[in-house]
Amino acid sequence: MTHPAATPLDARSFDLIALGLAAVLALHAPHLPWWLSAVLAPILGLRWWQRRHRQARTPAWLKLPLLAALLLAIVSWYGNLFGQEPGAALAVGLLVLKLLETETVRDARVGMGFACFTLMAALLFDQSLVATGTVALGLLPPLAALRALEPGRRMPPALWRELLPGLGLLAAALPLAVLAFLLLPRLNSPLWGAPNAGEQRSGLSDRMTPAGFTQLLIDDSPALRVSFDGPPPPPGQRYFRAYVMGHYDGTSWTYRDAANQPPAALEVAQTLRYHVSLEPTRQRVLPTLDVPLAAPADASLRRDREVIADKPVDSLREYTLDSATRYRLEPQLGRRRARWLQLPAGYNPRTLALGQSWRQRHGGDDAAIVQAALALFHDGGFRYTLAPAPLGRDAMDDFLFDTHEGFCEHYASAFTVLMRAAGIPARVVTGYQGGYWNALGRYLLVRNADAHAWSEVWLAGRGWVRVDPTAVVRPQRISQGAAAAVPGQLPWYQSGWLQSLRNRWDIVNRWWNLGVNGFDALRQRGLLKPFGIRDTDPATLALLLAIACVLAMAAGLAWVWRRREPEDAARAALRRLERKLARLGVARQAGEGPRDYLQRAAHALPAQHDELIELMHRYLELRYAQPEPTTASLRALQRAVRDFPVVRVVK
Amino acid sequence: MHGPLQGLQRWAERRLPALTRLRQPEPLPIELNRRRIYIVPTAFGLGFGVLLLVMLVGALNYANNAALLLTCLLGAAAAASMLVAFRTLDGLVLRGIRAGHALAGEPLELVLDFAAPRPREAVRLDCAGTTQAFALQGTAELRLRLATTRRGWLALPRLRIWSSWPLGLFRAWSWLHPQQSVLVWPRPESAGPPPTQPADGRERLRPQVGEELAALRDYRRGDAPRHIAWKASARHHDLLMKDFDRPEPRATWHLDWNALRALDREARIARLARWLGEAEAQGRRYSLHLPNERIEPGSGPAHYARCMSALAVLP
Repeated sequence: MTHPAATPLDARSFDLIALGLAAVLALHAPHLPWWLSAVLAPILGLRWWQRRHRQARTPAWLKLPLLAALLLAIVSWYGNLFGQEPGAALAVGLLVLKLLETETVRDARVGMGFACFTLMAALLFDQSLVATGTVALGLLPPLAALRALEPGRRMPPALWRELLPGLGLLAAALPLAVLAFLLLPRLNSPLWGAPNAGEQRSGLSDRMTPAGFTQLLIDDSPALRVSFDGPPPPPGQRYFRAYVMGHYDGTSWTYRDAANQPPAALEVAQTLRYHVSLEPTRQRVLPTLDVPLAAPADASLRRDREVIADKPVDSLREYTLDSATRYRLEPQLGRRRARWLQLPAGYNPRTLALGQSWRQRHGGDDAAIVQAALALFHDGGFRYTLAPAPLGRDAMDDFLFDTHEGFCEHYASAFTVLMRAAGIPARVVTGYQGGYWNALGRYLLVRNADAHAWSEVWLAGRGWVRVDPTAVVRPQRISQGAAAAVPGQLPWYQSGWLQSLRNRWDIVNRWWNLGVNGFDALRQRGLLKPFGIRDTDPATLALLLAIACVLAMAAGLAWVWRRREPEDAARAALRRLERKLARLGVARQAGEGPRDYLQRAAHALPAQHDELIELMHRYLELRYAQPEPTTASLRALQRAVRDFPVVRVVK
Repeated sequence: MHGPLQGLQRWAERRLPALTRLRQPEPLPIELNRRRIYIVPTAFGLGFGVLLLVMLVGALNYANNAALLLTCLLGAAAAASMLVAFRTLDGLVLRGIRAGHALAGEPLELVLDFAAPRPREAVRLDCAGTTQAFALQGTAELRLRLATTRRGWLALPRLRIWSSWPLGLFRAWSWLHPQQSVLVWPRPESAGPPPTQPADGRERLRPQVGEELAALRDYRRGDAPRHIAWKASARHHDLLMKDFDRPEPRATWHLDWNALRALDREARIARLARWLGEAEAQGRRYSLHLPNERIEPGSGPAHYARCMSALAVLP
């Protein structure tokens, strides 16, 4: 006798296993290197075809080289085997290669268990509602394959019908899963290193070069969601500062982080309180609306009122801040003035000359020089485009005097260089501007594509003043958002009605983020407080979880232990008649047979006497006349009972 | 299972009946209920549990709530599959067992008649080292082959009914020990002399002309002229005779236990069994005289079965 686990697989099981692996591959494809997906998919398909149509095994001389090639390819591509992306690539590759040697029930079980694990790993890359839902659906083929491995089952004719019972099982498991999710004690600190430390991700960077934003501006994944206490600021005021960059080396602007310096003085005229939910950026900067008054917990305020977190933002981060929307920042510049006038020697001579000429023309009127620069951008034939011509060594000269095209980075950079050349302290600020106001969810959705760069100039008596040269060139960028600024230059899904649909849909992501991704130990405490549980240490939570599991299992047991006897149809009809008669005042007594009871009822209700006697005969005939009641007579009884009037006839 | 383990199991069954969950033989019908269904995780179930634990720790470590939620979902689904495994057996009724007839040493066919109010899938039955899987919709008949060694009453072995439906993570099982025995007939000897019969049987051997036309054959001397097939012979160079089927007259065999004094008990039984088989095959009438029973002459499967059963239960 062969061991049950060594039984060869039937065709249907193999189909389901291949389907499960295809689902895993598809879910991981977005972050796998394209060549790996392009190799693994044909391997999967060929192996399926080979076993289904040739009933053949994969020779050993093919398996080992494939495994070696997989390891080699991953190591040479990523540099190592450990870490999130190489780990996921390795898992998916091994899983697909596992299909090559999947012949028996045992192989299939191992493969499907591992497939569940790999599906979970897909969530390390994307935790949105859609991704989670897709992964949950991806569990269906493995579950169906596990069912298909059990011998002696009734096989549905269509493959897709195999998937439905798994859906039912998951639906039945949902209440317990939610309870466990809510009550599982969360870890205070990770047991081992957080994922992707140091991994690059497109996002704001502490360095800005003209055209460095190009990738960012077509990345329309959400960057932050902001809700305000009170009305939201008008679109023209929605500037979220991240980095203040003061150092220019001729090609790029850089932010220099200096801790332990007191933040610059701030005179506040008007403040606004708001709540930010920041998507993971892998960076430490926390964007803030305008100028924050103080830093949130686990973060600190830098000199120029940037907010820098203590640790990189690796998971969804929520913070609440008060910001000044009307203010005077650093009214006295003091000895730091030279720092904001720094320019690299030997670069952009024409730009410097232009700045100096403005200074000579306008004398000490800094505001007039700012206006002159803005007028240049407005009237000088500048064009806003996401695909500007490349710039040479003297980038600002090329931009201002030759190409005349660029986007926010070019304008902010050129403007700041011009100001500094004219002797006005100036700096570049990067962050986000704009966003989509979701009226239903009452929050502002800011996407990575809303990344923006502008300038701040220091004017005597007014402190640092925000000047956005891009607004002069392309006012739509500020008032209507990034998509409106460059019609036709963004991918098709980022423009028009589809974009507005996606903006509206984002509220679901926000709910998901608030309810699921943002559910941490703090929320856990808030959830349990109404139940009188103030202390949410792991022991209490574990106890609650145990109680919840016991209750859930008790509910499950109540479900499985219930025995529903198939009730006799004639008896059911009689019961219905009894209920009707009881409402008319003739209740059946204990120990009273149907014949006596219906006769008594007929006497008690002379109006329905004949009907009741008729019913009695029908019932008795059905019960005792034939060994097996005919369907027709049963129907007749049921109809007669249904039509029996309950309303007391008033005479 | 290996030797020492089997010994341990036998000892445990004898000394710790409550712990080993063995059932004493019980009358049919046997209905499975929650008092007699046990559930244990399978090896795959344990491995899957470890995998879930790894996933849980990973999700908690990375504070990845989406993965945590799905891990919880998968774990809860595994727990739910345990209940489904229980429900696969719960309420299952073994209504009856029909046993066929078998000679000692040949497998005996049993038909187990199962019924259940709900449809069931992937129920498995272990019997004497073999496993059968079946699905059930209302009722199901399961055929088992039971190995036999010696004649006489054979108590049905303990049957294990189990299922790891739906995911193979948990195994729900229960013992079925029907209080029923099946009769195994004695094995006939392979060869031996025919029974000696009284002389008065001879007269019956006189040939008798049968009634039915069976075939045409060549004329032999002494054939009755009225049996010549004239029409057929006209197209042939020889005379052809109509040959009529004559059922062979067979003597009734009176098989007697006491006539075989020379043999020992089992050899006598084996010889009588062979004679019974030959007599039945030749279509004879036969009677059987045993020390405690006299079976009058008769023939046919029922008569044969009665005689064989009488032989089988001899002390």
